[in-house]
Amino acid sequence: MTHFTSREDRLAKLEAIGLDRILILDGAMGTMIQTFKLEEDDYRGARFADHGHPLKGNNDLLVITKPEIILGIHEAFLKAGADLISTNSFNATTISQADYALEPLAYELNLEAAKLARQACLAFETADAPKAVVGSIGPTNKTLSLSPDVNDPSYRAASFDEMVVAYREQTLGLLDGGVDFLMVETIFDTLVAKAALYAITEVLEERGEAVPIMISGTITDRSGRTLSGQTVEAFWNAVRHVNPWSIGLNCALGPNEMRPFLAELSRVATCKVSVYPNAGLPNAFGGYDETPDDMCHTMTPWAQEGLVNVMGGCCGTTPDHIHHIAHAASHGKPRVAPVIQTALRLSGLEPFTAAA
Amino acid sequence: MIETPLTNPFSNFVIVGERTNVTGSAKFRKLIENDDYTAALAVALQQVESGANVLDINMDAALIDGVKAMTTFLNLISVEPDIAKVPLMIDSSKWEIIEAGLKCTQGKPIVNSISMKEGEAQFLAQAKKVRRYGAAAVVMAFDELGQADTVHRKVEICTRAYNLLRDKLDFPPEDIIFDPNIFAVATGIEEHNDYGVAFIEATRIIRETLPHAHVSGGVSNVSFSFRGNEPVREAMHAVFLYHAIKAGMDMGIVNAGQLAVYDSIDLELRERCEDVILNRRADSTERLLETAENYRGKEGQKAAVKDLSWREAPVRERLAHSLVHGITEFIVEDTEAARLESERPLHVIEGPLMDGMNVVGDLFGSGKMFLPQVVKSARVMKQAVAHLLPYMEEEKLRLGTQDQAAGKVLMATVKGDVHDIGKNIVGVVLQCNGFDVVDLGVMVSCEKILEAAREHKVDIIGLSGLITPSLDEMSWVASEMERQGFGDMPLLIGGATTSRTHTAVKIAPNYKGPVLYVTDASRAVPVVQKLLGEDRQDLIQETLDDQERARLAHFAGQDKRPRATLAAARANAAKLDFTDYAPPKPGFIGTQVFDDYPLADLVPVIDWTPFFATWELHGKFPAILDDEIVGEAAKPLYADARAMLDKMVAEKWVTAKGVIGFWPANRVGDDIAVWQDEGRTKRETTFHTLRQQMIKSAGSANLALADFVAPEGVDDWIGGFAVTAGHGERERTQAFKDANDDYSAILFQALCDRLAEAFAERMHELVRKNHWGYAPNEQLPVDDLIGEKYRGIRPAPGYPAQPDHTEKQQLFRILEAEAKVGMKLTESLAMLPGSSVSGLYFSHPQAEYFGVGRIDRDQVSEYAIRKGMEMREAERWLAPILAYDPTQPAKVVQEA
Repeated sequence: MTHFTSREDRLAKLEAIGLDRILILDGAMGTMIQTFKLEEDDYRGARFADHGHPLKGNNDLLVITKPEIILGIHEAFLKAGADLISTNSFNATTISQADYALEPLAYELNLEAAKLARQACLAFETADAPKAVVGSIGPTNKTLSLSPDVNDPSYRAASFDEMVVAYREQTLGLLDGGVDFLMVETIFDTLVAKAALYAITEVLEERGEAVPIMISGTITDRSGRTLSGQTVEAFWNAVRHVNPWSIGLNCALGPNEMRPFLAELSRVATCKVSVYPNAGLPNAFGGYDETPDDMCHTMTPWAQEGLVNVMGGCCGTTPDHIHHIAHAASHGKPRVAPVIQTALRLSGLEPFTAAA
Repeated sequence: MIETPLTNPFSNFVIVGERTNVTGSAKFRKLIENDDYTAALAVALQQVESGANVLDINMDAALIDGVKAMTTFLNLISVEPDIAKVPLMIDSSKWEIIEAGLKCTQGKPIVNSISMKEGEAQFLAQAKKVRRYGAAAVVMAFDELGQADTVHRKVEICTRAYNLLRDKLDFPPEDIIFDPNIFAVATGIEEHNDYGVAFIEATRIIRETLPHAHVSGGVSNVSFSFRGNEPVREAMHAVFLYHAIKAGMDMGIVNAGQLAVYDSIDLELRERCEDVILNRRADSTERLLETAENYRGKEGQKAAVKDLSWREAPVRERLAHSLVHGITEFIVEDTEAARLESERPLHVIEGPLMDGMNVVGDLFGSGKMFLPQVVKSARVMKQAVAHLLPYMEEEKLRLGTQDQAAGKVLMATVKGDVHDIGKNIVGVVLQCNGFDVVDLGVMVSCEKILEAAREHKVDIIGLSGLITPSLDEMSWVASEMERQGFGDMPLLIGGATTSRTHTAVKIAPNYKGPVLYVTDASRAVPVVQKLLGEDRQDLIQETLDDQERARLAHFAGQDKRPRATLAAARANAAKLDFTDYAPPKPGFIGTQVFDDYPLADLVPVIDWTPFFATWELHGKFPAILDDEIVGEAAKPLYADARAMLDKMVAEKWVTAKGVIGFWPANRVGDDIAVWQDEGRTKRETTFHTLRQQMIKSAGSANLALADFVAPEGVDDWIGGFAVTAGHGERERTQAFKDANDDYSAILFQALCDRLAEAFAERMHELVRKNHWGYAPNEQLPVDDLIGEKYRGIRPAPGYPAQPDHTEKQQLFRILEAEAKVGMKLTESLAMLPGSSVSGLYFSHPQAEYFGVGRIDRDQVSEYAIRKGMEMREAERWLAPILAYDPTQPAKVVQEA
């Protein structure tokens, strides 16, 4: 049963809701999967029983071999109040799947991930409460702006063109699976994100589709820069050309550490602003300590001050966290984008604005 | 304080460093050919350190694999944070090299260039890719027929390209940078003589007619025929830039480390360069060639001579020389010599080093130095200070000096604003009451304020601002205090445009700590005392309650006063009769400069009443001197002021400079079209005016300034002026402050302000009697002058009759205020120097001062279109006079 005749229809409703309240994005997929303590055989299933390479840890593969687990996680987040559900496709590119010798599976992984998320959403959505599928596009395990070889700083482990090819395939899979949004997330190297955005805009043009793009960068530490060295505003200047539906920050930091950079972004961005922090910084055991209550407490003021339009959680956040974040969101109003003067805005690692 | 010249935000010219270009630099080409990328990176770093805002990278050479070299070099740059911090300009005539560069660039670069050389289809395909890679683009004035060399062709091609990019691709106009081709002049070929003029004229038209687009060019092309004669080439570049920037060129590919200063060029050489660039005489090339011979090879000689002479001067002068010329070679040696001569290491900084920096600041402030040169000077300064720091630390330990802070208050005038008399007064008053004051000066960025607040461990932050855009900046500081966890550190707000309501509605909600509006200096002391004493909580609670009330009153009061629709207001415009009235023609058309107006002539027209108000002594002059209450304070103040004024005039502490202009003009709707000449067909610029929308009683018109100018068909004129008495103000104020004489500093600043106002008044009188000359026989006593009982008005943008500060931009441009009298606008459109006045002249006998009052959405939306401004941008500038809440959607009007 569908309540919306098309993606446009669903997005229109969501857009209207987004004027009234902050939208809720789901929580972490990876750390949720960990709780199932899956073993090599679980990852392989029958289909990959004879695959000549270890597959444990290839979470993206679970959409084929353990779909019920992924579906269950989506449902748990929907139940907790999420409006937007991200597909389990963070590493579903030929580049990342090369670690498991599963490059040929990239398209299928994205297609199935999108279908699963859609299945979960359809069961939950009503005419008044659309549930949208966000196609998750991760950063891959390679960078374009840094050299892995200390002796040759001009060396790069991958090229822009290779990235574009990989991201094209991922985009096609996600679109064929019926996603409502495409989200380039956890960006630690803007050049990689630009390759993804290049692929996305090219594919969308070829198909004549208009799918809103979400962009989410990662500030790696308190210096306020991405891993590749950009400040928040420099990052925004470098990606704003695709006219994204939203720009935001996720991962690496907990809400307390993320706040200043969120405020900076919120000040310059002309589109919607999203945020989904980790449940704090990783502890000595690689776990995350911030309780749902803690996050609710820290993120409530963001909502009240109108800093954001979309809130959710990243590593370590559970359905209970999302429930609390939704509660935090209910205390505030969605952000209204500021007036930004028309000017030539460039960037290197730092922003540069030419006087008008 | 030391970095003041660096924070100068209004050098509007974007400097693109050219030395990393193999076609322009043989040295760089050889480095790339030899794979010496380490040295190539050093060239890039040198350009950035010399002040390049953007780095031009070009690898187009016969022996170089351009794609490979571009990729390698950009990959190397991206891991050098000191270089990679600036945006890149990826420069090539080959598309595949450009694309290779784009694939290695994580920021937002500029592509240089694309053009219609191969037709529209390829142009659009490339532009689309540029956009997909997230870059801005230089568009060359080049089409299927070739490179444009005349004004007409340049403008025609750029206009066509602009329209294509906008219509077919929705390419953002601010990301379009035109290169209308700088070609070599003085080549001996007659057709080439007009190339400089053609570029400059085309630039003027492009900037005027293609909104938001920029103009750039490779400057060194212009002097190509003087290869090998660097002094002449540099002079030509300086002269060319001087004129092209005036015409609107806002970006240029130049050697960032080697910009000559226009004013420092030998007069004869400069004149002959100017003849060539502006094509002023038939024999200009021959004459420049003749002069050029005297300079050939002189560079080396000159340097050697220079070396010997300035090194013999006293150490003070040597330091100043190093600072002004950006020479680091001897700075440590000279600083050490100065330290040995000084009582304390700090004195070296406050004395010779600051003096040198003041000279640099002046040169920059008057448009005679470019930012890169200033950056070099600052670097010299930093090295000197770095040398002194260990001695200062040692002295601190030895003497055991410790900060003894009873209470410490940080004060600053916010970014974009230059006004600080009020702030200085508050600072002095607080100091008199035993508080430590950390004064950061004017135009202080938010980061600096908060950084200093932490560094000095202050108890309170006080912000000041005079012009409306400063209000936004204050809100931002408040929100940053919240973000950075300033907890409960109080924030004080003061300055002419601030108010209780604004503080309550716009500033206080951004910060959970106490935010207090302080009306004046006398109020500051009790507030600070309470905040640092036992009554703190009471005062805070009181403030919170009051702000809540202010907010409620504000929101309740909104939208209630009815406004006339724009159409109705227009129908009720002042319909001045131009049928039986011939507007007077001014004595000249164009501008006239008053380079050094006699100060003595201004003293008699000084309006003293506001002078006393500055000191918070209220009452009309001269009665105030005998006032029962304030007379006792007013009298000695007046005596001190007169004494100082005498000295200011006798010793010429400041220079009064002004420029006035008159142009043919006509009203077109609510706009005033300013024509280039009496043909009245080509617009020089347009002044936009705002119309009152309050409901008027019968017989009273809804005024707009445009009403006072004749419509098309009747010859009318408009005038403009920009005057300042502030040249020299900053240095002397600083000198007083350095001498710990804040009283004199403030007295002096207040007098500068008065002189500027007096200058505006006197100039208006001269205009009425002579220059426009419509009231040749006017004989008014001073009181009536001050009381404005004369014919004609001189309203200023930013004041009630035209509250939009952005209208100053056109005025400053057509007056050439920066070039002619060294007056500039900050990013918030404050005027520099601080003691300045500008405005328009209207001659009609019925022209009168009025306040626009609050205006409605219909007018703002139309006004924005007329100005080519985004609606929201217009709303931002007009925020104080909006009759509606721009964050709320417009109400749908119901048809009855």
